[in-house]
Amino acid sequence: MADVVIVDYGAGNLRSVARAVAHAGFEPLVTAEASAIPAARALIVPGVGAAEDTMAHLRQGGLDGPIVDYIASGRPFLGVCMGMQALFELSEEGGRHECLGVLGGRIVRFPFGMTVPHMGWNTVHLERPHPVFEGIAQDDYFYFVHSYHGVPEDHSVVIGSTEYWGVTFPAVVGRDNFIATQFHPEKSGRSGLRLYANFLRLALEHGSIAPAATTAS
Amino acid sequence: MPRKRVRRVLTKRIIPCFDVADGRVVKGVSFVELRDAGDPVELARKYDLAGADELVFLDITASSDARTSVYDMIRRTCDQVFIPFTVGGGVRSVQDIRLMLEAGAEKVSVNTAAIERPALIEEGAKGFGSQCVVVAIDAKRAGEGRWRVYTHGGRRETERDAVEWAREAVERGAGELLVTSMDSDGHQQGYDLKLLRAISDAVDVPVIASGGAGEPSHLYDALTEGGADAVLAASIFHFGTHTIQSIKAYLTERGVPIRPVMPA
Repeated sequence: MADVVIVDYGAGNLRSVARAVAHAGFEPLVTAEASAIPAARALIVPGVGAAEDTMAHLRQGGLDGPIVDYIASGRPFLGVCMGMQALFELSEEGGRHECLGVLGGRIVRFPFGMTVPHMGWNTVHLERPHPVFEGIAQDDYFYFVHSYHGVPEDHSVVIGSTEYWGVTFPAVVGRDNFIATQFHPEKSGRSGLRLYANFLRLALEHGSIAPAATTAS
Repeated sequence: MPRKRVRRVLTKRIIPCFDVADGRVVKGVSFVELRDAGDPVELARKYDLAGADELVFLDITASSDARTSVYDMIRRTCDQVFIPFTVGGGVRSVQDIRLMLEAGAEKVSVNTAAIERPALIEEGAKGFGSQCVVVAIDAKRAGEGRWRVYTHGGRRETERDAVEWAREAVERGAGELLVTSMDSDGHQQGYDLKLLRAISDAVDVPVIASGGAGEPSHLYDALTEGGADAVLAASIFHFGTHTIQSIKAYLTERGVPIRPVMPA
């Protein structure tokens, strides 16, 4: 069984995510098999597209339960873009769609009148240090492409935030063993590659991505 | 020491474009003369490191027997380049879009096929999300404040008004528009700012300006007066006239939000 598992639920291009993992020196398993999830030591759920399709694909593939169970087991998890939004309770994209419910809160659209998608490079302001951002500058640039964003119930899950047309939204959320980004680190040049490398090294060498007790506030 | 204040805004994108024919980069001058400027993957790598924000590949051969070279180029680029790239040219069907995305393209641009069968935009947006469907519009002036859409690499005139088509494309699900002025393309005398302004005012998705960049001030004008979110250029970069870094420095000095070029 592979240590690094990338969940393929049929929603587009996972090749760049797999390449970013390979660039960090690890060999990922890209799979749609739910049975690969419990054995993973680092689980990555990427994704683009719409919430409804994402959730439908995850449920049809029997992947939703195993992902939630994996996160609950305390092992390292990275969600990217739709893989972040799916962690919330509910998405308002194209109606109201129940998501995985790992995080309290909703996914809402940017206000009408703004240019959407929010597409391009924007800065991520870290609200607290996190080991996955080791070596990455405060207010560094990452590549975003999305029209909806998270509104968490509990602000303490926000690790980094980004501002677009006066709207500040969570760019990075997480707690203990899981972290998820609204931006695409696999499309964010060297800083994004560093994020993958940090996540994978912490996950596979230390079995934990949690901030050390000494740095926790 | 006062801490340098970081402007927390979405930056404007600088996008080198590669016209690709049979796996080699070429650049048309007003869509006719072609000059060879190298291997696409090598150039892509070079521009990633040089600070390009995104890349666009337009396959201008687009003959069906040469298609496999495009997928191979996309896969090789995806292996080595970690910034987003768009691929277009000769995209006819949802299956074409799927294959390009699976090979590693971030976005796929559609042009002629979308005009001939606009439902392709909806199908692409529904299947893969609006964010990866770019509608490319080749427009030519047809009177004051009016532009006509051309297809088939600029060879065929259509009945479509460019601004109306832009609006319709977005309603159908385009996540971004790549707007090329055929009057300006290849002449390096500046983008068609009126065209850009008319389209960027008409839609709420990002607009990429294309056609006519010869000087850094042209990019500035497109991003300010033209209202574009991104600027695409080819010759200005490929033939060493200007570097990404020098253009970014120019734009930053003038207050345009730009992602700085990171030291190697």
